[in-house]
Amino acid sequence: MFDTALTANDLIFLAKGAGMTLIVTGISVLLGTILGILFGVFRYQVGPWWAAPLTFVLDIFRSIPLLIQLVLANAFVTTVLGFRISGFTVACGVLSLYTSAYCAEIVRGGIESVPTTLRRAARSLGMTWGQDMRSIVLPLATRVALPSWIGLALGVMKDSALVFIVQVVELLKSTQILITRLQEPLFLLMICGLFYFVISFPVARLGGYLERRWSND
Amino acid sequence: MIEIENVRKSFGPLEVLKGINLTVQKGEVLTVIGGSGSGKSTLLTCINGLEPIDSGRILVDGIEVHAKTTDLNKLRRKIGIVFQQWNAFPHLTVVENVMLAQVKVLKRSKAEAEAEAVRQLKHVGLSDKLNVYPSRLSGGQQQRMAIARALAMSPDYMLFDEVTSALDPQLVGEVLDTLRMLASEGMTMICVTHEMKFAREVSDRVAFFDKGVMAEIAPPEELFGAPKDPELRKFLAATH
Repeated sequence: MFDTALTANDLIFLAKGAGMTLIVTGISVLLGTILGILFGVFRYQVGPWWAAPLTFVLDIFRSIPLLIQLVLANAFVTTVLGFRISGFTVACGVLSLYTSAYCAEIVRGGIESVPTTLRRAARSLGMTWGQDMRSIVLPLATRVALPSWIGLALGVMKDSALVFIVQVVELLKSTQILITRLQEPLFLLMICGLFYFVISFPVARLGGYLERRWSND
Repeated sequence: MIEIENVRKSFGPLEVLKGINLTVQKGEVLTVIGGSGSGKSTLLTCINGLEPIDSGRILVDGIEVHAKTTDLNKLRRKIGIVFQQWNAFPHLTVVENVMLAQVKVLKRSKAEAEAEAVRQLKHVGLSDKLNVYPSRLSGGQQQRMAIARALAMSPDYMLFDEVTSALDPQLVGEVLDTLRMLASEGMTMICVTHEMKFAREVSDRVAFFDKGVMAEIAPPEELFGAPKDPELRKFLAATH
């Protein structure tokens, strides 16, 4: 009834691709979030005028298709600057900045959601700016920002498929290689989709879990 | 002692404090009354340095609040302030709300901070609400929690900025009772309020602010009994 040339080895090959997707996504989301927090806090602190140059750069990362960013960054770093770095490094670098551009907006929105009166109350108790940030703003902003951040992380995971352009063999590229060889595109794409689902689903559920845990207040 | 010397303050083109001179002695209860926009709330936020001033100076126990060398975070430990909006930290339980600044600012141990928090919450009548989140409290209870939170820092002065204005009428009484209790215990207090009966009862002196000027200051029987300032007479007639 159903016949496929797919072997266990091919599945392992796909799993390795999925592993690469996870690694690239993990690194980019981690670095992108750290940078995004720094950029977001900076933008909030200094106000729109002084943050304008940073905002402009981040807007570039948000506006230009990732594929173009990857190709241009790769060409710039390897050909113009002459660095001998791997496509993997370029991919992680570009994707991190891309993530940070979105994350900065999420962070800024989260901080702005914390009422200034609450922060005045914290400061009037003698808490410093840093203590207020850590104990009041961060936990409250996180609750507001979390759904958007989860969305961003899931988006980056799927966008990471584009890093094939700099010779990184991740899940979708692995699938394409198999499609070329086995000529079973629909079946292989289904399996590929299943892999994406398996690695995305826990992240999506994590959001629901945290929201439930925080709903006591 | 809080000494306010010729303090001026503007928000843009609007001058909200036009040269205020005022001294509050240790142990004194001063209430400040006046219409909206008379500058009375602004004065409170200037006293603990939340707002900068344009000229003049404010001294708290001889320390100039707005001097560049003053460590405001340290000075604010002396001065508790409670606002119109009660500002409970929503992600912390009632007892954690009262513990937080004690641990972070005064570097008390968790156990010490908790003991003090429990003591202060009992003081304001919230000992049965220690482990609930603020969203489960009424406005009056949240406001009393905010008072306990400020008291737990062992301040020498307490500033109350229209603490009953945002409350439902039936909840005003419980908060005023808490303030009365503090006054009777000898706490130095400045209360900005619209509660004339309360002002009359607890104050050593009452100040009337009008358009950024302290138009009159006197003991309550004098200020309410024989008001001199024409604006004050109008104000009292309107609020009675």
